[in-house]
Amino acid sequence: MEERLSAVLSPYRGRQDALIPILQKVQEELGYLPDDAMLEIAKTTGLPESRVYAVASFYAQFRFTPRGKHTIMVCRGTACHVRGAEKILEETERTLGIVEGETTEDKQYTLETVACIGCCALAPCIMIDEDVEAKLTPKMVPEILNRRDEA
Amino acid sequence: MNFADIQQQARQEWDALQHGEWPVVAIGTATCGRSAGALAVVKAFEKELAEKDVKASVVEVGCIGPCYAEPLVNITKPGKATVAYKNVTAQMVSEIVDSYLQGDDPLPQYTLGTFGDGKIKGIPRILDTPSFKPQERRVFRNCGVIDPTNINHYIANEGYLGLSKALQMTQQEVVEEMKKSGLRGRGGGGFPAGRKWEAGLNAKSDQKYVVCNADEGDPGAFMDRAVIEGDPHSVLEGMIIAGYTIGADTGYIYVRAEYPLAIRRLERAIKQAHEKGFLGKNILGTDFCFDIKIFPGAGAFVCGESTALTLSIEGKRGMPRVAPRPRTTEKGLHDKPTLLNNVKTFSSAPMIITRGAEWFASIGTEKSTGTAIFALTGKVNNCGLIEVPMGITLREIIYDIGGGIADGGKFKAVQTGGPSGGCLPESLLDTPIDYDSLGAAGSIMGSGGMVVMDESTCMVDVARYFLDFTEIESCGQCVPCRLGTKQLLDILKDICAGKGKKQDIDLMIELSHSIHGGSVCGLGQTAANPVLTTIRYFRDEFEAHINDKRCPAKVCKSLISFRILEDKCKGCTLCAKSCPVSAISGEKKQVHVIDQRLCVQCGVCMEKCPKKFSAVECVSPKIPVKEPMEVVA
Repeated sequence: MEERLSAVLSPYRGRQDALIPILQKVQEELGYLPDDAMLEIAKTTGLPESRVYAVASFYAQFRFTPRGKHTIMVCRGTACHVRGAEKILEETERTLGIVEGETTEDKQYTLETVACIGCCALAPCIMIDEDVEAKLTPKMVPEILNRRDEA
Repeated sequence: MNFADIQQQARQEWDALQHGEWPVVAIGTATCGRSAGALAVVKAFEKELAEKDVKASVVEVGCIGPCYAEPLVNITKPGKATVAYKNVTAQMVSEIVDSYLQGDDPLPQYTLGTFGDGKIKGIPRILDTPSFKPQERRVFRNCGVIDPTNINHYIANEGYLGLSKALQMTQQEVVEEMKKSGLRGRGGGGFPAGRKWEAGLNAKSDQKYVVCNADEGDPGAFMDRAVIEGDPHSVLEGMIIAGYTIGADTGYIYVRAEYPLAIRRLERAIKQAHEKGFLGKNILGTDFCFDIKIFPGAGAFVCGESTALTLSIEGKRGMPRVAPRPRTTEKGLHDKPTLLNNVKTFSSAPMIITRGAEWFASIGTEKSTGTAIFALTGKVNNCGLIEVPMGITLREIIYDIGGGIADGGKFKAVQTGGPSGGCLPESLLDTPIDYDSLGAAGSIMGSGGMVVMDESTCMVDVARYFLDFTEIESCGQCVPCRLGTKQLLDILKDICAGKGKKQDIDLMIELSHSIHGGSVCGLGQTAANPVLTTIRYFRDEFEAHINDKRCPAKVCKSLISFRILEDKCKGCTLCAKSCPVSAISGEKKQVHVIDQRLCVQCGVCMEKCPKKFSAVECVSPKIPVKEPMEVVA
């Protein structure tokens, strides 16, 4: 991890203004922001560790725990909400046997919700990694997950 | 190369595509098209055309607008009107190629309509249909028409003409033109853009910035994404004109990291603009130098507020500056004068300069000129992005353009302005759309989300939903916002859970006013709008929840029960098998029964029960749970 981290951080020595892009790049490389990386970012930028944590914890994009191989994001936008997003979330939780924010035991799926993915006209929808599954009914959720597991 | 040469070269390329010998197949591949399967359609066309040796140009374009009909494919044969195909699947592609590209049958059953000159038998002209007739595509002028990755397509369609004209005007002249146009900030606030540009010009500093807010955080709004994905150069051009006008040399686009395609499109557009000399040093041979950088936002709704957004670019927590604060045009990014506008505001600037302020102000209302863009979604038949002249009524939008309420439902409310806006009832459907009328009704124009709700939507639940959002997104520095939204949310949760108290409505109104008055930024000041408007227009629903423990829309779980109708149940056992908590009992071909003590109101039984039986019913208030009878000895 150390090598990958220093490769990402090397262009940013002393660049306190670039804290957010740095956090984004590190998370992209490591999948999340482990404690060691947070410390390393503080050293590289010259910022106190508390400042790095303050900024990272402020924004929704950053996470401090590793994720499963795939991320399922259930959209909770207004259009999805009025078209039954709550039921989609419940069905996904039931199918995977985890609740929002958790990762399955086999580390395959992490389940999250998102404020809006901007596919409101195709509500309700979920995003599995970069793919959007649109116009869902609760019935379709296990079918989609089974189809992915088989593929 | 001077601008005339650049333009001529671009026009040649565009004309060769548009008026060449080959038919043009334009496929909408913005994010919504992609989620409906547009990329598979592109592949299918390429494969079919190659295998059948049919000559045609396949072009990927941005959002065409009617998302409900995605994936959309527009086919233009030389000399004929454009035929728009709706809900195209990879399977349909082979048929379309055979019938229309190789033959002459346009397959009217697959079409949405035609665009452009000429009539095609059996297919209506799209602009004559009720859904399109009231629309006026100005900001969306190029979306779905040009290939957004090809700068020549943009230039051939009046692109960068505004910049070339602006560079021949004085900075003050550009300001005057912007002021005369009456353009108001399209991010939702509605501050006159010309006045903001003037303040930017008048600010004295050795360094100024232009910032484009593409953080589009409202759940239910996606038009900024569509503009960037479908016409990125229009945003760049607007920013460059703004940079020239106020005397800035650097621009930032603050764009949501959740919009990867939009970011890729911007990166490519910036590179192309550099190559043509629209960005960089000595733009179009003048002394003016300007560059644009992309800043992917890390996800915080409050960063839509200008002071929070600039702090975020500086690498800090996006917490709005405390009042009294200087205007961003005086002290913004790095404490330097900063002109901050929304995507659509910048995208409007080039056409104001090219076509003139009078042309721009020729539609709309006196105080709100031009067009408004909405993401029309929710329980409406034709969901999608629409652009309409300001002043059109909500009724026209929902019933003409939107095609009425989906699934034969009955209209209940329309929500505009996202978490800062409000829900308006049927009696206000004739309200014209403009900044002032919507404000007077208790809502706001906002950035353009418009969510239609029907009888199956619970208004108390909607208020709870929005407060859930603002409570999480509150940055936490003002007590009235941080704790006030939490208290409002707790009261709303109680009401939804059947624990509402008589005094709750008055308490929420009082609390809402305190939050409004005591918060420093727009997020807090408007956070209570969804609560206040739902109480104002749907008070009876709050009272039903509190007094009768009844949810009229049958949404709030603590106030509903499911039961199986004895006369309809055929004992197919589907419900019992799918019940996650095994609350349903009954033998095959016998009437089934739900044990109310075990039921968690998930509604799976109702969904699984075959339509022809429809034996599961949802009722509110709850069915009282019977305790097991005592056995009398």
